[in-house]
Amino acid sequence: MLARWLEREGIPTVVVTMMPEVASALGAPRVVGVEFPFGHAFGMPGDADMQRRVLGTALTVLAGAASFGTRVDVDVEWPVPLREAYRSWQPSEPSPIVKVMLERMKEGR
Amino acid sequence: MLVDSFRFLPRSFRPLYESPSPPPGEDVAPVWAPVARRLSASTVTLLTSAGLYVEGAQAPFDLEGERARPDWGDPSFRLIPASGGELRMAHLHISEVDVEADPEICLPRARLLELASAGMVGGAAASHVSVMGYQERSLAGWRSAVLPGILELAPEAVVLAPA
Repeated sequence: MLARWLEREGIPTVVVTMMPEVASALGAPRVVGVEFPFGHAFGMPGDADMQRRVLGTALTVLAGAASFGTRVDVDVEWPVPLREAYRSWQPSEPSPIVKVMLERMKEGR
Repeated sequence: MLVDSFRFLPRSFRPLYESPSPPPGEDVAPVWAPVARRLSASTVTLLTSAGLYVEGAQAPFDLEGERARPDWGDPSFRLIPASGGELRMAHLHISEVDVEADPEICLPRARLLELASAGMVGGAAASHVSVMGYQERSLAGWRSAVLPGILELAPEAVVLAPA
């Protein structure tokens, strides 16, 4: 939504996201998709080349997208095995809302 | 398309995202602002929703408030300088380990400065923007506080990266 509000104010935007399908469905004008774990939009810690590549793609899309709804995905595979990557981005304890949801599931609500 | 948006998402969370809809009062009709000039002459602002703040200079996002009210998230924002300062993360939904080890993975300030030195962009904004991404569905807090805050910076172009 922030992207759409800014765009309405005449400020061009691009969204770099792990959920490009969601961003596009919600009307982000320019979207760059990355298949990275949450919290890692620009890549691996310490990997400046990867980070520059993702940012460079975002800037290219920002400048060169021809129309609303442009989506470009970055062709980089996350270099960590899925099981480890799946766990590593998650917080050390469930967030408050997730705790509430889990309690409701336990109670069968 | 190459990216599986659900690859790293717990299966039980999928229903929350499979049929996304905008907040009440919002739509998804096309909205478009053309880039005013060449990137090499433009200043770029970065925005992260990772809940980053400058340690020792700024208060963290209010996590106790969220613990007390699980359907609420701190809607304030922080201005992060283009360089300098030790960045920390205040976010209950994503691990801080990798982000605090290298905040560039959420807010690539140094990378942007490098691309500016290389001539790809004109420059980096003096201040980037940090918000905390877990919010009430209405986004009323962001609309009343974050949007005006960003507009006050008069950004030319913004790269947003939800965490």
